[in-house]
Amino acid sequence: MKFKRTTAQMNWIYAWLLLSPALIMLFAFTHYPAIVTLISSFFSTPRGKRPAKFIGLENYQALLNDEVFWQVIWNNLLYALATIPISVAIALVMALWVNGKLRGLGFLRMAYFTPTVLPLIAVANIWLFFYTPGFGLIDQIRNGLFGLPDQNLLGQSDTVLWAVMAVAIWKEAGFFMIFYLAALQTIPPSLKEAADIEGASRWTFFRRIIFPLLMPTTLFVSVNAVINAFRLVDHIFVMTGGGPDNASTLLLFYIYEQAFKYWQTGYAATLTVVLLALLCVLAIGQFFFLDRKVHYR
Amino acid sequence: MSEQTLPRTRSFRFNWDKTLNTTGAWVLALLWFLPLAYAIWTAFHPALYEVRFDLTAPLTLENFTKAWEAAPFARYFLNTVLLVTGILAGQFILCTLAAYAFARFDFPGKTVLFTLVLLQLLVMPDILIVENYKTMRYLGLVDTITAIALPYLASGFGIFLLRQTFMTIPKELEDAARLEGCSILGVLWRVYIPLAKPTYLAYGLVSVSHHWNNFLWPLIITNSVETRPVTVGLQVFAAADGGLEWSVINAATLLTSGPLLIAFLLFQRQFVQSFIRAGIK
Repeated sequence: MKFKRTTAQMNWIYAWLLLSPALIMLFAFTHYPAIVTLISSFFSTPRGKRPAKFIGLENYQALLNDEVFWQVIWNNLLYALATIPISVAIALVMALWVNGKLRGLGFLRMAYFTPTVLPLIAVANIWLFFYTPGFGLIDQIRNGLFGLPDQNLLGQSDTVLWAVMAVAIWKEAGFFMIFYLAALQTIPPSLKEAADIEGASRWTFFRRIIFPLLMPTTLFVSVNAVINAFRLVDHIFVMTGGGPDNASTLLLFYIYEQAFKYWQTGYAATLTVVLLALLCVLAIGQFFFLDRKVHYR
Repeated sequence: MSEQTLPRTRSFRFNWDKTLNTTGAWVLALLWFLPLAYAIWTAFHPALYEVRFDLTAPLTLENFTKAWEAAPFARYFLNTVLLVTGILAGQFILCTLAAYAFARFDFPGKTVLFTLVLLQLLVMPDILIVENYKTMRYLGLVDTITAIALPYLASGFGIFLLRQTFMTIPKELEDAARLEGCSILGVLWRVYIPLAKPTYLAYGLVSVSHHWNNFLWPLIITNSVETRPVTVGLQVFAAADGGLEWSVINAATLLTSGPLLIAFLLFQRQFVQSFIRAGIK
């Protein structure tokens, strides 16, 4: 008995030793900063010799009165609401196509997936050129084929966000396709045969069998999509800088501006708390909402 | 469907379903490929042909040489390679050790700690830029490649992925190795790591492409040529108002994504397979 207990204790020690390097790094750069962010959102921004002072909820007060903040939140929610369903739907269609036996499968797969490998910052440069008024490809097509006047899609507050969304959808769909493809490949062909014998149409087969079986993947993909919608802002730097009039500013970009352009670190911390809260609520909410519809095999 | 039950009429019927699907798939693929094709076109032709699509247009590498000379891309590449390999090495070591502990040891606090690890999938260092910057300033690491890498070394995703793989390895193999006199690290090295090679490959590819492409954190923490990775270098280069031609910027763009793109085209199958493998678990 005594021998057994000591080996168990030895195992604890081994486990802790194995874990400690990773956990120390994890705490230092994820958990610790998350907690400190929360704390410093209750403090003023330190300036020069003046240290940060406890100001209670003043930062949150400022936040509620900040018109730009509300616009940014609205931008980002719209951005998420539009890019997530569209890119997930396109990804699913792509996966169904690539999983089939169409001609030129190699090219199809490459074309869909390539944007995923490219840096978002590089992709944004390419698309910026597309959007150049009068000169870029989009205006070339508008002028040449339809005789429409030049349009500055990135320079108008009512079109800029959509122009930026197009880049995100283009970049993300291929990535999500991979996960659907992986899931599709695990579906046994016998199901298709059974459906054929029953005389089920292709659409019924998809809606009643394939789609429910893909639900866990849809959940996984859409949680990822939510995170990416709030995490990836690289293209904003290249394409718009958040403008015009903050029409394309997303939350993380706003945090960056507040922290590293205006050095309002206290306010930036408050914004980060909002971002973290949003992410948790959305991801967890999505989990519970979709989880009830997921049929685990 | 009817084709299956009436095989003899099959060859006479024009297959609408398949034609529509093929057309749709191709239209989407061409649409998806267009931006890249356009960037390649402008990069390899003189600036004059930026918007003139003439198949006889002369090909040139001049845009690439111009871009290469206009900014220290060689240095940027070196920085990125150092960064990516450093992160990968660190992640492999830290995540392997932690994953092994989570997969095969019982210890108090295991569930709590594992939850904290998984939390990183949601609360990522990418978002905690303000506080991580303060930490780096405190450590005196601002504007170093180490500072870009540090927040990513312990990856919740990596730990999770490797733990899942390690758990599928039969415990008998470990017991046998232990009886032969293998130490704990010996078992890890001789049994677990060799059997998890496909997972390491998959995770490695995901990690390399992710960190090659990362932008925001490197932008914040670096401010000199000696530390900037290519993504930040490209942005600094493209944002400078030097009246740069689009063809040169596009050449630089392709340059920065070139190595990944070529690697992807060469190893397309493995790439897709490993992404699948990384996603499935």
